[in-house]
This record gives sequence, C-alpha cells and structure tokens, in this order.
Amino acid sequence: MKEILYYTWGAIVSFVVAFSVGITYMGLNRKITARVQNRYGPPWYQNFIDVIKLYSKKTSIHHGVMHHMGPAFIMVTAVVSLLVIPILNGNKFFPNLNFQGDLIFLLYIMVFGPLGMALGAGQTGNPNSAIGVTRGLSQMAGFEIPWVMALVALMIQYKTTSIVDLMNVQVESGRWLMFSSPFAFLAAVMAMLGMFRYAPFDIVGAPQELASGPMSENGGKYLFVMMSAGSVFTFAKLTLYVDIFMGGADNLIILVVKTFTLYLIPMLYGITSPRYRTEQSVRWFWGWPSFFGLLAILQAALF
Amino acid sequence: MINDKNSQKIVDIIQNFARQHSLWVLAYGTGCGAIELPPTMTSRYDAERLGVRGAATPRQADVLLITGYLTTKTLKRVIRVYEQMQDPKYVIGFGSCTINGGMYWDSYNTIKALDRYMPVDIYINGCMPRPEAVLSGFAKLQKLIQAGKADGAKKYKENLEWYRANQKNVIPNWRMPEYNW
Repeated sequence: MKEILYYTWGAIVSFVVAFSVGITYMGLNRKITARVQNRYGPPWYQNFIDVIKLYSKKTSIHHGVMHHMGPAFIMVTAVVSLLVIPILNGNKFFPNLNFQGDLIFLLYIMVFGPLGMALGAGQTGNPNSAIGVTRGLSQMAGFEIPWVMALVALMIQYKTTSIVDLMNVQVESGRWLMFSSPFAFLAAVMAMLGMFRYAPFDIVGAPQELASGPMSENGGKYLFVMMSAGSVFTFAKLTLYVDIFMGGADNLIILVVKTFTLYLIPMLYGITSPRYRTEQSVRWFWGWPSFFGLLAILQAALF
Repeated sequence: MINDKNSQKIVDIIQNFARQHSLWVLAYGTGCGAIELPPTMTSRYDAERLGVRGAATPRQADVLLITGYLTTKTLKRVIRVYEQMQDPKYVIGFGSCTINGGMYWDSYNTIKALDRYMPVDIYINGCMPRPEAVLSGFAKLQKLIQAGKADGAKKYKENLEWYRANQKNVIPNWRMPEYNW
C-alpha cells in the first residue's frame, strides 16, 4: 500500500514538473522567436495564460466518439512516456516505472499518440485534417528510421534495452554517450528535429496552408489537452535525450540546463528556416540522418 | 465551497484575466482592411506582446475581426464562421464600412450596419484604421473583457430571432443548418 502511494505521488509530482517546465520552454520559444524577428514578443508566461483561457472556454463540438478520444490518446502517450523515462540519475525523488526493455516500449508508445490523433482527426471530416494526417504519417516514416537506427546502435553496443542501464554506463565510465557513440547522437538529434515539428518540418500543423492540420476542428478544451500533452511530451523527450546521450542529471537544475541546451537546437534551426514540402522532408530524413544511423550501427557492431 | 458566490468571483477574475491577455484572432479579410493586419502583427507594432495572436480556424479563435465591407454573399459565410466559434467570443468591426457602409453607403449588394446581423463588441473607425488604432481597439476590448462587459455572444443568443430575421432579409437563398443552443 505504501509503495502504491509512493508511486502515485511520484507520478503526480513528475507530471506537474514536466508540465510547468515544458510550457515554460514553449513560452521561451515564442519569446526567442520574437527577439530573432526583432519584436518585443509576449512574456515568457504567455503560454500559461493561453492554457487557462483554453480551459475556461466553453466547448460544444461533436463529430463522434473518436474525435473526443484523439486528444486523450496524445495525453496518454505523453504521460506514459514520462512515467517510463527516468528523470534523475539513480531514480532520486522521482520514482518511475522503468524496466528491462523500456527503450523498445518507448519506440512503440511514442507513435501511439499521433496514430490516435489521426483517427480522431479523420472522424471530423475536415479535409485539412485529412491532409495533415497523411503528411504527419509520411513524416513519421521519415524520422523514425534514423531514430530507430540510433537506438538499435546503442542497444547493440551496450547490450541492453534499458534506459537506466545506459545511464549507469555513462556514470561508471564518466563519459557521455554523445562522445563515445557520436554517430548515434547525430542521427538521433537530426531525428529530433522532425519529432518536435518546428520549421522546416512543421508540415503537419502549417497554419497558413492547412489551417493547423489535424487539430483544425479542435478548439477550447481539446486544444487545452493537446497543449498540455505537448508540453509534457516535450519535457519527456528532452529528458530521454539527456538520459541516453548526456549522462542524465543529478538534480533538477542540471536537468533544466541540459534539456534547454538541447531544446535550443530544434528551436533555433526552426526560427531560421522556411518550411519543407512533404517529400523534401522525408527525403531529408532518409539522407544524411539515416547515413549517420547506419554508421552508428557499423561502429557498434565492429568496434 | 466550490459553488460559493465568493469563490465564483475569484474564478471569474482569473478567467477574465486569462481571456483578456490571450486573444486569438480570426481575421476575416474581406475588404481592404486586411492589409493593415500584417504591420499590426509584425515587428513594427507587434500585437503579440499584448497576447494577440492569429488563429487558424474558427474553432480555435476568440475574436472575429471583420475587416471592411461585407457583401451579402460573404455575410452568409461570416455568419457560419461566427456560429462555429466557441464561447466566449467577441466581434470587432473594423473600418467605417462596418459602421455605416462607409464609401459603399449606397451600394446595392453590401450591408451597411454590421450590428443588425451580428453582435459587435468593439468598432474601430477609420478608412483605413492605422495599426495604432487597431491596437487601441484591442486594448479597449481587453478592458471590456476585464470588466466582464464583452457579452456580445450572450446578446446574440437572447435576440436570435431578431438577428435571424435580419439575416434572412438580405440573404435570398437561405440554406444553412439551424443551430439551437
């Protein structure tokens, strides 16, 4: 009983931390974008205000059951991956549900949300949603390949499928995996650009051409759920990268510094880039990132 | 305690603060007024610092911005857009054309007073209003929201028959779904 309470409490605390950190990052993203464009920009807490407003909007849209379930699928994905990914080294303060094989589990669960969202968007009958879904799934076929290759290379090299084991390897050798397997890191970071869906890979949302794509029929509370799930998922993904490649973190401050440094890569690359077309995006992911992924597997198998 | 009057007041204050500082705008760019929006949103006047931001679809928007004259043909689309938006929603009439027809005052196929067909919370006059005027209109709307007085949507629901009669008067082939709230 005491253990169950401990885990429940830990889940709630890690959700709150992930939500506030993730949503602050998204607010900082808007602020930094504005500064790069020579604007003053909204305050960093603008996204908190947006979330409260979205929650306080009345919502009367009905397109069918799957339409209501779509945002819930995204939320489930975000929370489950947050619970599986260890937040700090040695599971301090944040208990989580990691187990042998959780890397493979993560590979599956991370595409579960977009698939559920695709079903929900399909039921709205909005043509923009349908185009957005096809684009999103094609792009996912693009960036999943270098991402899986990078993870498989790590699994071969260290003969484990557990994130905690990979973190322990780095703590014991004192060397981050981004230096000992650089090609896997390169491939994974390039796949991350697609995962975050900032420009030039924002072909799914694309407000100017697709009217925000899959979520074009979702307003008010649906958007609230999606925005909070997005912020939690942002934090979870960044923490996963820090855990695997940058040696994890001993406390929250180091974690925030490391995750924000990593978050700057898709953010700054996005601010300075226009938008790709779908086939350009897929071709980009099947080019250099997949090549680096292949090199990573070769390095892991041969050396 | 949750249904207490005082706690409801606190909730209202928080909600009105959030609504006031996060206005997602759906710009219905019918007339010439749409050209004033890019300078309002970009670096010179930067409306995003007030929390004003473009929304992609009516479902996500809070503010409907009617920029300029409306022909009877576009009025039909605007009404559908307005009824798709989620509460609480606000309408800004932009430019002289929405107030009294402006330079189209004797045109046969434009509507003269937008107020007869949709509830308008704020008018911004001018032909065209400069971005400063647009920003001051948004600031006025924010004050109304803070005071809880921007209740155009409520008025629309209460006087739906009157609005419908006016709309059907100018739209000859009325084939629209009948909404009931």
